[in-house]
Amino acid sequence: MSLRFESVSMAYTPGTPVLEDIDLDIAPGEFVTIVGASGSGKSTLLSLVAGLTKPTKGRIALDGRTVGGPGPDRGMAFQSPSLYPWRTVAQNVAFGLETRGFSRQARKERVAWLLDEVGLTEHAGKLPGSLSGGQQQRVSIARALARSPKVLLLDEPFGALDVQTKEDMQLFIRQVWRDLGTTVVMVTHDVEEAVFLGRRVLVLASDPGRVARDLRVEPLGEGLEVKRSAEFLAVRAQVEDLVRREHRAHLAAAHA
Amino acid sequence: MVSVESPPVERATAPAPRVKLLKTKVSRRTAWILRVASVAVPFALWWAVSGSGVVPDRFLPAPPQVWAAFTDMVASGDLQNDLLASLGRIGAGFGLAVLVSVPLGFLMGTVGWAQPLFEPIIGILRYLPASAFIPLLIIWLGIGETSKIALLVLGVVFFNTLMTADVVRQVPRRLLDVSATLGAGRARVAARVVFPHSLPGILDALRVNAAVAYNLVVVAELIAATSGLGYRITRAQRFLQTDKIFAILIVIGLIGLTIDVTLRLVRARVGRWSV
Repeated sequence: MSLRFESVSMAYTPGTPVLEDIDLDIAPGEFVTIVGASGSGKSTLLSLVAGLTKPTKGRIALDGRTVGGPGPDRGMAFQSPSLYPWRTVAQNVAFGLETRGFSRQARKERVAWLLDEVGLTEHAGKLPGSLSGGQQQRVSIARALARSPKVLLLDEPFGALDVQTKEDMQLFIRQVWRDLGTTVVMVTHDVEEAVFLGRRVLVLASDPGRVARDLRVEPLGEGLEVKRSAEFLAVRAQVEDLVRREHRAHLAAAHA
Repeated sequence: MVSVESPPVERATAPAPRVKLLKTKVSRRTAWILRVASVAVPFALWWAVSGSGVVPDRFLPAPPQVWAAFTDMVASGDLQNDLLASLGRIGAGFGLAVLVSVPLGFLMGTVGWAQPLFEPIIGILRYLPASAFIPLLIIWLGIGETSKIALLVLGVVFFNTLMTADVVRQVPRRLLDVSATLGAGRARVAARVVFPHSLPGILDALRVNAAVAYNLVVVAELIAATSGLGYRITRAQRFLQTDKIFAILIVIGLIGLTIDVTLRLVRARVGRWSV
């Protein structure tokens, strides 16, 4: 799978583009994180890949085929888990599999495997309302992975979680990425998270959103303790400075 | 360490007043006592006033008289027949209204063109009081069953359509987005996402409008009917049988309560996941 942006622009209101002239190539199996100040259009970027929004200019192609609308080859999870509250955990995960082409047996096996992968097997029969925020987000990610998407799109998936849960979830999503080999594109406002998870960090500029910096991050280590190492902190500071500069520019533009 | 001295604050001499919360809770026991009193006190008052002789029997019959009128009507079979006639009309009229209004409201809440097409006309029609249509309905449809059922449909269909549309529109955008990314097309989203999400709210609307239908059927039967609880009341009026009227009113109230409680139980079961 390769994901390609060809001079993509997006404007919700004509004349004020949210994203302008984005050219981007994402290789199969990459873990890309996207950070940027508010107004940089990072969520819009994901929405375009998901096919929920159409670009006003340019095109996005997945394995050479233009993205024309939403489809199960691109799984997505949002900051709010957005589960079906009347369906059990297992039924939520099964939603994408409830079409022709999946026998009852195949569906059951796939759901069982996914629940095992996200560590929720014993919660299979519960309603989402009785789960914690972190668990709900795991269900949401398992649901997005059900049809083996070529790319997993994550829009600030851990933004509403407390710090400890968030760190658990960071380790969790990295494990999922390792196990499945899916491409992951994740938007976050947390620079530390972006640098910790991303093998590639994209920093977006604001007004209009452009790719300001495209950083490769060498894996510095496995565990959370990496976050305290000097190299990690240096990269983090570099990205933070970039984001901060864009944030200030955005505020100045808003006041002008 | 940097210490910052805050500017002096004027100290109030009196102790700070306690703020009371608007919403207060009562214990379960108190709540039950209040529930019983809510019915028992008016009933006792009725009994006391009718027994005191201040008001003539003819205007305010005592509970035993009403009970006797009730058993008379049950023995003659009138009450059962009238009740069945009224419930039959509700079933037909309300059922028809639901069959029209739920799909129409669903359409208005989901499909872009349906809202601007139907909202204005329904918005006007729903403010026309259904009972004001009775003369017209009699001219158009005669004094038979059709005009009574039509009245119920008119009284329920517009409100229920708009209420359904409102409920359907409240399905979170994100849930629809997620469903699309999972490969669900419009029909599947409508059937598997929008409908189950809206069902508890649709039942809430039905519960409100069932009460409307129930009220209207009695109104319809007050005029030009030969059966039904409303008809029984007008008949009793002609012979000044206030005890019968009281008995029928109480029956109407209890049946209404039963309908309401039933719908509430169904709603609670269907909407276990919401609240």
